[in-house]
Amino acid sequence: MSEMLLEIDDLHVSFSTRRGLVEAVRGVTLAVEAGEMLGLVGESGSGKSVTGFATTRLLDSAGRVTRGRILFRGQDVTKLRGDDLRQLQGAAMSMIFQNPRAALNPIRAIGLQIADAILTHKRISKDAARAEARELLRAVQIRDPETRMNAYPHELSGGMCQRVMIAIAISCNPALLIADEPTTGLDVTTQKVVMDLLAEIAAARGMATILITHDLGLAARYCRGIAVMERGRIVEEASPRTLFGAPQHAYTRRLVAASPTATSQIEDLVTEEERERHAAVVSRPRQELAHGTPPLLEVRKLAKRFDEGAAAVADFSMTMAGGESVGLVGESGSGKSTTSRMICRLIDPSEGEIVFDGQSIGHVASRDFHRSRFRKDIQMVFQDPNESLNPRFTAFDCIAHPLMRLDGMRGGDALRKRVEDCADRVGLPLDLLPRFPHQLSGGQKARVGIARAIACRPRLLVLDEPTAALDVSVQAVVLQLLDRLRRENDIALLFVSHDLNVVRMLCDRTIVLRNGGIVEQGESRALFDNPKTDYTRKLVEAIPHIETGPVLAAAL
Amino acid sequence: MTGLGATVARAGRRLLSSLPALFGVLVFTFLLMRVLPGDPAVFFASGPNAGKEEIEQIRKQMGLDKSVPEQLVFYLSDIGRGNLGRSMMTGQPVLKDLRERLPASLELTFTALLIALIAAVPLGVIAALKPGSLVDHGVRLFCALGVCVPTFVSGLLLIYVFYYLLGLAPDPTGRIDVFTSLPPQRTGFLSIDFLLAGDIEGWWAACKQLILPAVSMALFVIAPLARITRASMLVSLGSDFVRTARSVGLSWQKVVVTYALRNAILPVITIAGIVFSTMLGANVLVEKVFSWPGVASYALDALLSSDYAPVQGFVLLMAGIFVLVNLVVDICYGIADPRVSIG
Repeated sequence: MSEMLLEIDDLHVSFSTRRGLVEAVRGVTLAVEAGEMLGLVGESGSGKSVTGFATTRLLDSAGRVTRGRILFRGQDVTKLRGDDLRQLQGAAMSMIFQNPRAALNPIRAIGLQIADAILTHKRISKDAARAEARELLRAVQIRDPETRMNAYPHELSGGMCQRVMIAIAISCNPALLIADEPTTGLDVTTQKVVMDLLAEIAAARGMATILITHDLGLAARYCRGIAVMERGRIVEEASPRTLFGAPQHAYTRRLVAASPTATSQIEDLVTEEERERHAAVVSRPRQELAHGTPPLLEVRKLAKRFDEGAAAVADFSMTMAGGESVGLVGESGSGKSTTSRMICRLIDPSEGEIVFDGQSIGHVASRDFHRSRFRKDIQMVFQDPNESLNPRFTAFDCIAHPLMRLDGMRGGDALRKRVEDCADRVGLPLDLLPRFPHQLSGGQKARVGIARAIACRPRLLVLDEPTAALDVSVQAVVLQLLDRLRRENDIALLFVSHDLNVVRMLCDRTIVLRNGGIVEQGESRALFDNPKTDYTRKLVEAIPHIETGPVLAAAL
Repeated sequence: MTGLGATVARAGRRLLSSLPALFGVLVFTFLLMRVLPGDPAVFFASGPNAGKEEIEQIRKQMGLDKSVPEQLVFYLSDIGRGNLGRSMMTGQPVLKDLRERLPASLELTFTALLIALIAAVPLGVIAALKPGSLVDHGVRLFCALGVCVPTFVSGLLLIYVFYYLLGLAPDPTGRIDVFTSLPPQRTGFLSIDFLLAGDIEGWWAACKQLILPAVSMALFVIAPLARITRASMLVSLGSDFVRTARSVGLSWQKVVVTYALRNAILPVITIAGIVFSTMLGANVLVEKVFSWPGVASYALDALLSSDYAPVQGFVLLMAGIFVLVNLVVDICYGIADPRVSIG
């Protein structure tokens, strides 16, 4: 008992909301040893972050610990006040947050922000604090720390901001570090670098770490123990090996199944029951295209230059056949979103040709393209299902809008029938149609976005990270839906993603982009199994694979 | 530093790009004055029984017999030469009148804005720290009262209480009482000129004259400033970086002032600029109540007597000040927020 650094005992946290008291955490019990790295895994709303915030006493004013205790070195954190609390925060335990850029003060130089943290807990001069801050920047491997001291967060990349955040968190050598989704939103390669750094620092300084994440693979790679949370409770706690080898709890089983791995197929992602309904369709074999069919989409030497800057995309060429799925992968800034937007005719290319169904559409100005007859053939599903739906439109309006604009439908029964048909095809329950986006869950919103995109029966669907904001179990269902739609309706998919596992499953072919140019392309499986360029290899290796997890953890 | 150079260049570009707007204001006011009813020639004729000939002569003298486009061309060429025309009321060039009266208005407005900011920012911060509390509601009530009561009412009330009942304030008759000798004019701001002249007694007299009108103006603008401070402070306090600051155990003052308030103050700067411009033009009621010899009351008098030149000059001045204030706000913003100067 006494050697545990942190012991959470039957923790209950509830939030007072407009709809009354909501219990976010209901009875969490866990313990962390000094120097240990524990993974706290769960989907959104499972209460994992709230547990972290309760431990560091950073809950919103609406949130309250209603029962249980959090013992840190034998002291109940929930009862600390004033100076005792401040001596704990930062000095004994600290936290790293999701979205590193927002977590840093935008109008204060990063050197000062680190020095602020140091000066709070150490009685040293400002110059000494600055010197320490510089050392910390060096420790988190920021190049040229001397000049970076005066940089502001907006001048740094997301990965750099997260390193600064780590520097702040470790500035006073805390015994416990709570990392709340530290790499969500970062590129896979950056994610790996940041996590490696974090693990290294934690090991070197003997810090215990709680890694809060939705990514099972990530937790498996770095943690020796993983606790799985669902709806405010810990449902299972085990080593990665047992967790993936023989998950006990039904929820864990579902979570493990939904996490894409290097070998998983789309069908594997959801459990038997969920698959049932459309199983017949899925098992239908793909039609082979007749030889000599002209490609649906042909892109030749596409380039985009934003004013003054270097080319965001240069010399991009590709073809797509009807019903084919092509993945477009690369790190942020590689030009994959720009390319997809040009093909979607949302922005104008600087050079090059886009030929759709034998007609050149590249020269039609993007702001006039909505009048083109091809507008309804090329549709887009956007990254963030929350932001890409009009908050004042019901789900019905969202789906009906393109039908009225592009198919010239007027209201009435015909429209209602088409909308309901679309909703049915994406598996959206019809009783949800009158709801507004904020009344829908993330997965339901994603379905509305897809239903809207397929409403006019497009032939090409461009998807820009459609599942990046979704939980893995929802992602699994959405991916399956997309795959089914493609097979049923012969829709070609251009799938933009940074998640290589997903691309591998969903796409026949993959194009790897870097700095606006194509690095490598080919049949997905071959490309991932046997990357030809170093860059692709680096990308592939950076994916946290569940299989490699236990091996790595065991070797530690 | 390159940052400074960029700021100056940006300021220059902004000034240039505001010229068309200023020109538009010129033409618009000119036309508006011609459309308004009232014949200045009749107004400025020697008396009610002035003959037709006399009026005709005045009209010719004022150039009113020409067509409107012709008048406009004359007017614009005058403006181009820096001549704003002559006021029929005072008989002086408009430029001279404005130059004499502008410092009075500016001094009043600056003081009022300063008082408003000093009151509003802490009120907003306090309200934001405890949203929904009694303090929050108290601040809201105070702000509502400030906005509801027109400035001339609050001005009269202040005069009644502090001059008539308590006798603390001097009589509300302009910038300085008649017995005090004026300091040599340097800035035109009496309080500063007295200080420069080392005349503390005079300075105190000027301040006493200034305080009541400034407060009655400030009361009116505390509300928007306090509300915007509260709103942006709430956003700031709920932001991720304040959570970061709390997570490393920074002291309460450091979190609230250095982290939250410094970010929250950015929109307040913008609003303060707008409030300043509005006050400068709209404080005519306060100027009237306190017999303050400012530009706004001057323009109102001119407008009532169909005196074209001062009104046109006043509007042009206001437009110019508006452009200038916006520029200053932009520069302040650029200094306060490192993200802006990049764009």
